[in-house]
Amino acid sequence: MELKMFILVLGLLVGTSSPDMGTNHGKSPDSHNHGPQNQGNHTQSKKPFPVLSLGYDHVRLPFEISLWVLLASLMKLGFHLIPRLSSIVPESCLLIVVGLLVGGLIKLVGEIPPVLESKIFFLYLLPPIILDAGYFLPIRQFTENLGTILMFAVVGTLWNAFFVGGLLYGVCQLEGHRLVTVDLLSCLLFGSIISAVDPVAVLAVFEEIHINELLHILVFGESLLNDAVTVVLYHLFEEYSSVGSITVMDVFLGIVCFLVVSLGGIVVGAIYGILAAFTSRFTSHTRVIEPLFVFVYSYMAYLSAEVFHLSGIMALIACGAVMRPYVEANISHKSHTTIKYFLKMWSSVSDTLIFIFLGVSTVAGPHEWNWTFVMATLIFCLVARVLGVVGLTFVINKFRIIKLTSKDQFIIAYGGLRGAIAFSLVYLLKTEHFPMRNMFLTAIITVIFFTVFVQGMTIRPLVDLLAVKKKQETKRSINEEIHTQFLDHLLTGIEDICGHYGHHHWKDKLNRFNKKYVKKCLIAGERSKEPQLIAFYHKMEMKQAIELVESGGGAKLPSALPSTVSMQNIQPKKPPQDRALPQLSKAREEEIRKILRTNLQRTRQRLRSYNRHTLVADPYEDGWNELLIKRKKMMELEKKISQMNNYLTVPAPPPDSPTIARARLASDPQAWGLKSVTESIPTIKVDLASPQSPESVNVVDEFGKKGSQSKASKEEEGGLTMKVPSPTKQRKDKTADEDNDKEPQQRLMRCLSDPGPTAEEEDEDEAFLP
Amino acid sequence: KLRSPRVSIEQIKNLHNRFTYLTQDEDTLRREHLENISNLALNPIRRQIIEAFFDKRNMGEKEKGCLQEIGFEEFVTVLSFFRPPKPRTADEEMKNVKKEKLRFLFNMHDTDKDGIITLDEYRRVVEELLSSYETIGAETAKAISDAAMLEVASVTVGQMGPDEFYEGITFEQFMQILKDVEIETKMNIHFWNLDTRTMQCGK
Repeated sequence: MELKMFILVLGLLVGTSSPDMGTNHGKSPDSHNHGPQNQGNHTQSKKPFPVLSLGYDHVRLPFEISLWVLLASLMKLGFHLIPRLSSIVPESCLLIVVGLLVGGLIKLVGEIPPVLESKIFFLYLLPPIILDAGYFLPIRQFTENLGTILMFAVVGTLWNAFFVGGLLYGVCQLEGHRLVTVDLLSCLLFGSIISAVDPVAVLAVFEEIHINELLHILVFGESLLNDAVTVVLYHLFEEYSSVGSITVMDVFLGIVCFLVVSLGGIVVGAIYGILAAFTSRFTSHTRVIEPLFVFVYSYMAYLSAEVFHLSGIMALIACGAVMRPYVEANISHKSHTTIKYFLKMWSSVSDTLIFIFLGVSTVAGPHEWNWTFVMATLIFCLVARVLGVVGLTFVINKFRIIKLTSKDQFIIAYGGLRGAIAFSLVYLLKTEHFPMRNMFLTAIITVIFFTVFVQGMTIRPLVDLLAVKKKQETKRSINEEIHTQFLDHLLTGIEDICGHYGHHHWKDKLNRFNKKYVKKCLIAGERSKEPQLIAFYHKMEMKQAIELVESGGGAKLPSALPSTVSMQNIQPKKPPQDRALPQLSKAREEEIRKILRTNLQRTRQRLRSYNRHTLVADPYEDGWNELLIKRKKMMELEKKISQMNNYLTVPAPPPDSPTIARARLASDPQAWGLKSVTESIPTIKVDLASPQSPESVNVVDEFGKKGSQSKASKEEEGGLTMKVPSPTKQRKDKTADEDNDKEPQQRLMRCLSDPGPTAEEEDEDEAFLP
Repeated sequence: KLRSPRVSIEQIKNLHNRFTYLTQDEDTLRREHLENISNLALNPIRRQIIEAFFDKRNMGEKEKGCLQEIGFEEFVTVLSFFRPPKPRTADEEMKNVKKEKLRFLFNMHDTDKDGIITLDEYRRVVEELLSSYETIGAETAKAISDAAMLEVASVTVGQMGPDEFYEGITFEQFMQILKDVEIETKMNIHFWNLDTRTMQCGK
């Protein structure tokens, strides 16, 4: 099925890229599809009215673009449907192959395949990928390793550029006849283009191998930050290669230019980021366009930086990283999801298109193959990368607390993939200034193919072979969050005691500045005063609530640890009170039974509300244990009360998430407690303040009474049948049919022994929505 | 009685200078000296940090209790908890390092020195963390600490009958819940790695 679609789309593409199609007009040159209006076409002979005509030209461009996008997306779909392919070959490789095929097909038809134009690449295809990376950049790891990343990005790229450029020049001179015309500056230019690690390729490959966060951020951060270096070197060498020489002054200016380019880019990005954050403060009434601000401001940051030839990538990263904490505090949850998914979607499409076009351009582009040059380039690139990484790590490890091991170094070196940015930069070179441009192009494509195919395919088995630490998928728990914050403050305090103005000291100062001034400006309303811990806690609860709703409200959450711990296990207890059951007169029993019945009815209809202030563990297991004990007590009661009907029906609470569990406890923390029965039983009151409220009813009685409700009461309650869950020991026998019975009732069940609404419960109902 | 002989002379000298600066040339350090540090006043958990310096449990002694004043040796002992592990440390030794650091943290929370972090003690920790935000009420801190405590209990103990009472977090449980935080790499002060001349770049 996919194959058929693929062929169809291919056919369309091939067809549309041939210019002949454009001339298949209808009768009149400016016919529209909806209603031909033959204004300028008065001829003597009357032509029949064109019912259906073809006017392809004016939709040509969007039509072709859409077809390409469609092709890219269908390819992506197709790959994942073939089970084993996507686990062996990374997607980028497959896409390049597809591009090659498409390019080949187009060439076969006799047309010129479209090439990845640099303008399209830099203005439309690259920004979404970079914005996606920048917006979701893990700031904490990034800043912790900033020094290392900068070293690799700046010094590493410089080393690579000069090493490759210089050695290539030497090879060219040695080789003689054809290559001797390549001068030093061209070689250096070529070296600087090819030495930059490409973020697109790195993302594409690293995303699939789930490597640990440190390595990921090192390689990825390097690929982002080396853009400034590349930009400066590129412009420097391009400018002066026509002149033919460089003076020391130029080098000095180059360094200044580098600082301007990188810092300027960051400043531009930060300004736009702050603007975006500020704008988002006022969007509470127009939630729908919130994502638009994020996208447009970021794109403007990129374009503004490009206007001044600053580093657009760094501007984009800075913009995304700066605006994110404030924007996320201001926008609605749906907008947040929208932003996330739009960014992922765009970057995915861009990524796919880039690789396909790489393939197509390979078929198309003018090539000039020169064995010496290409092979030399390849070897020098690899060698330079390895030497650079090893050398730099040696220096960096002197300053790092967590040293980089040789395994880490290998992955960093191996992960230095080249990609489409290099290709586009070479493509921008004009043949007049650079007669060897085609040779450069061929060499770059070879290197790109090599890195993407060979390194991309083998990195996954190598990672497994070397047992490199993988990314841990653990969810962040509230304990970890508390202790991470605690550690931050502790380390800051120790630094203050030592009198050492280190990393933590400055981070703390920045946080304080942020809290005092920046947050007030950029975050709307009360959220500006919310400490991080509370925000985290809310987010966690929200997530659990959503999970609960999505799972249908009743199903057991797979991640929940079966635990019977509940709040009462934690609350400090008063010494256990006397649990003896008093003797009750028959009349009294009747009264109690009636009260219990009415309360139970009422509570069954209430849906538990969420309350973030009280907590409960999984009530399902809780319920089982409780009921086990209660059953024992019930047996005793049975002896006193005649004609006990054991089919009572206690609605077993569904095994639900901690939040719902929490919610339940909200109304009844003492439900699970065995309390002493006093004379003043009739009301079942929940008193949250004191865990052992002497007024709370002995729930056992409740069950006991319910047990004594005969079938009559069951009918009364409209046929809600609930079964007594059998004690856990005997559960195995009955589990089968009870589970079946419980299924349909789970939705009703939130109210095991909810003793009834009290004033406090009403409060809790409101407390949830912030 | 230094905990480990791996400290260099240069570092000791720097620390001694700092010690004399803090105590204003006296022989022993008291709580007031630490409280006088202006930057520390802004720290929400300063009390616990200061207490940690005077806690006998951190000095490697088996006895419990507080000291009223400490000498230079104890000062360095406490600070040596923040020393980063050597790069080629074996796994076993790394585990010990981690355990020691976690023990220090545990002692900071366990203010009544009974070896268990009770709910109240944990609640106080959370309250102090949030103390710099004036608008946060006590119930929120209670809620968070309750949630955290519940989580610890659920993860470490698992099944608990309704009658059982979870006393508090023991040291083993503490280690268990924080095993993913990588204390041995995070709880370090760079101070130990440098002399004052070299530049720091990253952690």
